[in-house]
Amino acid sequence: MSTTGTIYAPIASREPPRAAQGAVAWVRRNLFDGWANSLATLVTVAVLLWLVPPLFGWSVLNAVARPDNAACRALQETGACWGVIAEKGRLILFGRYPFEEQWRPLLACAALIALLIASCLRPFWKPWLAALWVVVLALCFMLMRGGVAGLTLVETSRWGGFPLTLALSVVSLVVAFPLAILVALGRNSNLPAIRAVCVLYVELIRGVPLISVLFMASFMFPLFMPQGTSIDVLVRVLVGMTLFAAAYLAEVVRGGLQALPKGQVEAAQSLGLTYWQTQRKIVLPQALRLVVPAIVNSFISTFKDTSLVTIVSLYDLTGALQLALGDADWRKFFLEGQLFVAAVYFVFCFALSRYSRWVEAYLNTGMRRQ
Amino acid sequence: MTANMNSEAPIIEFDKVNKWYGQFHVLRDIQLTVPKGERIVICGPSGSGKSTLIRCINRLEEHQSGRLVVNGTELTDDVKAVDAVRREVGMVFQQFNLFPHLTVLENLTLAPMWVGKMPKKEAEEKAMQQLTRVRIAEQAGKYPLQLSGGQQQRVAIARALCLTPKIMLFDEPTSALDPEMINEVLEVMVDLAKQGITMLCVTHEMGFARQAADRVIFMDQGQIVEENTPVDFFNHPKSDRAKDFLSKILSH
Repeated sequence: MSTTGTIYAPIASREPPRAAQGAVAWVRRNLFDGWANSLATLVTVAVLLWLVPPLFGWSVLNAVARPDNAACRALQETGACWGVIAEKGRLILFGRYPFEEQWRPLLACAALIALLIASCLRPFWKPWLAALWVVVLALCFMLMRGGVAGLTLVETSRWGGFPLTLALSVVSLVVAFPLAILVALGRNSNLPAIRAVCVLYVELIRGVPLISVLFMASFMFPLFMPQGTSIDVLVRVLVGMTLFAAAYLAEVVRGGLQALPKGQVEAAQSLGLTYWQTQRKIVLPQALRLVVPAIVNSFISTFKDTSLVTIVSLYDLTGALQLALGDADWRKFFLEGQLFVAAVYFVFCFALSRYSRWVEAYLNTGMRRQ
Repeated sequence: MTANMNSEAPIIEFDKVNKWYGQFHVLRDIQLTVPKGERIVICGPSGSGKSTLIRCINRLEEHQSGRLVVNGTELTDDVKAVDAVRREVGMVFQQFNLFPHLTVLENLTLAPMWVGKMPKKEAEEKAMQQLTRVRIAEQAGKYPLQLSGGQQQRVAIARALCLTPKIMLFDEPTSALDPEMINEVLEVMVDLAKQGITMLCVTHEMGFARQAADRVIFMDQGQIVEENTPVDFFNHPKSDRAKDFLSKILSH
């Protein structure tokens, strides 16, 4: 052995140094940490001082909440006329659906929202949930359309407002998601024919704006059908929206498939799992969790894209707003109506994005070293 | 199909097997017969085709010419034949390839339940036996990424054993491990070798080869260059290429 070695005494572990505590220290560290940070803080405060008081005055202090047209007009745009929502709210929310029957879409929406919330919760992730979806969607459709069980018939062309927005987005996403998974798997398939069909589908749909797809679905589709058969315009639009959403989602899912290490599939194959077992048990659970944020992004964007159905004469939430403010007395208060509609969209989109954060955290269990 | 009735028949037989990646001739006229229960170590320089060779045995790679018969079944495009072979062949990978979204126990029960149609309870009992065998039973509820590399590779070995394969393939099982974890994996492999299972192992661990292998196969540029008993191969390599290779891995 060498005689030149050195031994060092063991060093016990110590606490890390503590950061300064208290409000002043916090402010200094977060708001005035260097000249650039201080400048940003001052500019932000100035902008807030400039914007907030007039906004607050317009929307709260000077606002009229009663559905009183004369009082609203007297405001001369110095305050918001929330009365327009009290007056026209039901028309905005339910569109041209017969006034005295509006409990039906209300009930259908409540059922659908309850089902959506249930589907978001872990204890409900059971095989029967899929069956429940089919049942609830069918019941909602019968309730809305009527013509059975003593309910008067309401043609789908008269459906509108929030129920239409919800139905379009929920149905098209529920159908589009599994379709997207199949298309994504198809694009990665070893069989050239399947691959070609999937590529063609995705590239064709992605290459056209949704408005064109909706036009084609509602005006061109019937040209190819035998004379005398007519498909409901709502169904045609749903098919269009579903195909559109599925093409985008398929690319998102494919991104997840691409990110999965090749060794995962090889391990599954070496254990004798079949193609579908491998996809279901190994590939998709991992690939999908990688792209949760992008999937939610697609969902949100589809939800808002439903507003484009106005161009084929379906009156979703935004379309119903145009209808509701058609009369001369209230037309002036379009801004308040838009803010109301925007708030409805925001509540749903924000809830969805918060939920996706939870899903990410939930699915990441065990995926990171701890 | 009568071959697997006869216990004297080889369990793996390569007959003039060739494979190309594009223009690159990666396996050249491979001729190899493995009797049941033999333990073979395959070594050779990087890119010599040794991984490709064992990956052909469970058809993670397809050969393009020649005949390859495993456990009495010839490997062809027939999916049923491939499935039948994979059920009898376990594989351990360099990068472990555990399923990170499943717990250790779920990694082990997956194939018995879905491929072997075993009831969950029975699959779990069997999985726990295998985990005990690789001395890691107390980690059953953890996720793979919570374990050390050596532990993960032992779980991977247990997973491959859960379908009670007749053949075990090891593709550089210790190459991705930190040095202090190599021995715990080799010990498990030596135990396994003693139990009479047919083993083909791509590795440069000479200690393991001397201790557990019946035969060493040296490959270079897609062909089998030399084969011998471990002691003779390491002490008296005959070919220049083997001498050159051994001098490189032994120089430090």
